[in-house]
Amino acid sequence: MNTPIRRLSVLIAALFGALLVASTIIQFAQAQSLNVMAANKRTLLDNYSRERGSILVGGQAIAKSVPVDDQFAWLRTYPEGRLYSQITGFYGYSVGNPFGLENAADDLLSGKADQLFVRRVTDLLTGRDTVGATIELTLNAKAQKVASEGLGKNRGAVVALDPRTGAILAMVSHPQYDPNPLSSHDLAKSEAAWKKLSNDKAKPFINRAITGDLYPPGSVFKVVTAAAALEQGLVADENSEVPGPAELDLPLTETNLPNEDRRACGPGNKTTLIHALEISCNTAFGSLGLELGGEQLRAQAAKFGFGDSIQIPMRVAPSTMPAEINAPQAAQSAIGQYEVRTTPLQMAMIAGAIANQGRVMTPYLIQSIRTADLDVIESAPDPEELSQAVSARTADILKKMMVSVVDNGSGRRAQIPGVAVGGKTGTAQHDLKKNPHAWFISFAPADDPQVAVAVVVEESGVTGNEVGGARVAAPIAKDVMEAVINR
Amino acid sequence: MRTTVEPLTPRTRRGVELVLLVVAIAIVLLAWVTVDLNRNGTVPANIIPVAGGFVVLAMIVHLVLRWKAPYADPVLLPITTALNGLGLVMIHRLDLAAGRLGADGSANQQIIWTTIAVALTVAVIWALPDHRLLRRYTYVSLAVGFILLLLPLLPGIGREVNGSRIWIAVGPFSFQPGEFAKIALAIFFAGYLVQTRDVLSLAGKRILGFTFPRGRDLGPILVAWVLALLILVFEKDLGSALLFFGVFVAMLYVATERVSWIAIGLLLFGVAVAFALSAFAHFQKRVDLWLEPFSQENLERSNQLANGLWGMASGGLTGTGLGAGRPWLTSFAESDFIFSSLAEELGLFGSVAILMLYLVFVQRGIRTALGVRDGFGKLLAIGLTFSVAFQLFIVIGGVTRVIPLTGLTTPFLSLGGSSLLANWIIMSLLLRISDQARRPVPALPVGVDADPVAAEATQVVQL
Repeated sequence: MNTPIRRLSVLIAALFGALLVASTIIQFAQAQSLNVMAANKRTLLDNYSRERGSILVGGQAIAKSVPVDDQFAWLRTYPEGRLYSQITGFYGYSVGNPFGLENAADDLLSGKADQLFVRRVTDLLTGRDTVGATIELTLNAKAQKVASEGLGKNRGAVVALDPRTGAILAMVSHPQYDPNPLSSHDLAKSEAAWKKLSNDKAKPFINRAITGDLYPPGSVFKVVTAAAALEQGLVADENSEVPGPAELDLPLTETNLPNEDRRACGPGNKTTLIHALEISCNTAFGSLGLELGGEQLRAQAAKFGFGDSIQIPMRVAPSTMPAEINAPQAAQSAIGQYEVRTTPLQMAMIAGAIANQGRVMTPYLIQSIRTADLDVIESAPDPEELSQAVSARTADILKKMMVSVVDNGSGRRAQIPGVAVGGKTGTAQHDLKKNPHAWFISFAPADDPQVAVAVVVEESGVTGNEVGGARVAAPIAKDVMEAVINR
Repeated sequence: MRTTVEPLTPRTRRGVELVLLVVAIAIVLLAWVTVDLNRNGTVPANIIPVAGGFVVLAMIVHLVLRWKAPYADPVLLPITTALNGLGLVMIHRLDLAAGRLGADGSANQQIIWTTIAVALTVAVIWALPDHRLLRRYTYVSLAVGFILLLLPLLPGIGREVNGSRIWIAVGPFSFQPGEFAKIALAIFFAGYLVQTRDVLSLAGKRILGFTFPRGRDLGPILVAWVLALLILVFEKDLGSALLFFGVFVAMLYVATERVSWIAIGLLLFGVAVAFALSAFAHFQKRVDLWLEPFSQENLERSNQLANGLWGMASGGLTGTGLGAGRPWLTSFAESDFIFSSLAEELGLFGSVAILMLYLVFVQRGIRTALGVRDGFGKLLAIGLTFSVAFQLFIVIGGVTRVIPLTGLTTPFLSLGGSSLLANWIIMSLLLRISDQARRPVPALPVGVDADPVAAEATQVVQL
């Protein structure tokens, strides 16, 4: 009977072989893909039990994990509450971390990023618990605060950046929300908070500064039209004469493009480019748009960053301008209407480029990546040029024109004593039954630009009154610029 | 100068057993201390009495073997000790996670069962000086095995747990009689086959190079098949059915050396499984879960298998460390899925080590079967060994997705008295047979024939 016993032992060996192979597949070959499955509760709990990195602004934590005595071990808290809500997002057990840096910088905060590999290995060897990386932001706490206070109860957004580097100094989106209850370990509480947030019609979880439905830029887009006209040689400089009738006859249509005050922009239906910008003359820029055509406008907008996919590291929605537009649509687009849609960040980049000799710098939010004990792992990235939007000469002319807007024109409310400020107001129609959005973009100081700002305040403009919009938006920009310059 | 020719006396190897036992106990105690250090940051308070008790239990068996079965295989007891101990550590670890402390803990229960199991082992080795005595109870074993198997079907005491009716409950005690039926039936098969093997292996006609048995000799395999079918249909337990039938076919093959029996066995079982799959939603569900454990629909139905796989994956190569993983997230983490629980915390290295312990255990069983001189002993040894190996394959194959999941216990590791007692009895029977196999001169008790294989040939007629 020994022969069949030996044969049977071969079968047994094969059975064991199958178990060994299966274990190896599960625990080695497929372990990674099993671990990352969304329904895998172990991975979720693993993330919770590890100390997540902090997010710092000016050395103060705006998001940090504090030890607690429950199954999750660490509670995510946001000491500033609402002020940074769209920057940080939240970190909830049932909903996860769908927004803000908690989402976009998850690899760093959880300690799983490639940059942290060496750190993880030393942690493993020394038996130390792996801790996520701490992220230091470029934000200026004071500028952030005044921007939020300026918006007050209004919906809208404010973005400020350093035109020389692209570092984002302030980014506020209203309405805000409190991320703390959403991150609560009391699951009933966090689910109630999520239900309230996700059902809010104002969508506070959206960062209006970089995403959402995007805004029509209105008259602030006139600087892009002026830039295209200067670059294409349609006008020589700021003093060149441009048409400025009370109404501009649009070809192919029955309608005309009027000025808001229904008056001509200058004697003999003519004006200068600089004056046209000062008073935000629709017909002047509409006729420049007709001359340039849709493609030229589109190309200039693209040079300023329209259509680019940028990550700061949150994804920025690309600003859009429709392709293949006819003449009247080009005239409408030239004054920032028709289907031009943009983000406040994009408009701040345009103001920044004009202040920075025509160079658009790639915007970024993360200043440095540090270990939990604040040793630098990765310091600030070298400023990176996104594009040269206009020549230095064109930028200089545009700068002069925008300074004049603040000194003599519609942007007086942004004046800062002793500082040369450049700016442009805007009133953007989005729905004929509602008040238009009020815009303001600016930079300061004009001779040594340190800050470029874009402000949009939803539905607080006055139809047909450029200054009405400026009354709300320009002072906010002024406060933010002051906060940065006087730091 | 005079030379003396000394008789060759094989060594008992009891010293080796002692050393291996010390290693096994050290591993288990280290594992236990690791769990408590990881969970509470302290060495367990009751380490002295519990460790002492563990050492005493192992030493009792060791000393009884020295005295009553000095030539028994030296590796079986240390492996059993290590596996039983690791199972206890994991059960204790899950107790801590669930907040079951002290006397309420499952580990406490399992320690009591371990003690009873050791007592039973001592009793078997003491009361059974020669395994061939069991041949006298061939048909008694059949009756006992049959009754045990069908006991869960009795109304009143039978209990259905998770869709399978394989439990009985008497008062506060619940019991899986199938675990003991396994032993009884192995004894019956061995006794029966050793009598009838000549008829079963020689008679028949050759078709396509295989010798197929005569129709009338198909009786026994058909009876076993019907029994397996009964389990399948009424107890809805594919695992047990597969185990009994598999062990029977394997022993039939060893007794007759005829491959055709395996072919017939596979065919019959295939028919049974096909029938079960088409007739019972319960089995279709299992197969569906096996094929697609991670689909949304199946996760909602049962995330048990998926959770076990995730647990193993989270262990990776080196494991989370004992006490540092989350094995409790998987249901039945301390019984059906105890292998996943250990794999999670000990990693692939740990799961391979555990499989190797079983492999060595099984290999010692096969050596015993090869070495023992009588046919009954050979069949019994290979039957018991194969039952352990096959059961292990069915349960661990189930949690590692080699085959569909069926509810069986993991020998020595799983929480549960019936399984633990039955497997310790299997080990003591293997110890007893190996003692006979390695003993220098067959010291036969009175009343047992020197060459039973030769003697049995004539008994075919007597039946």
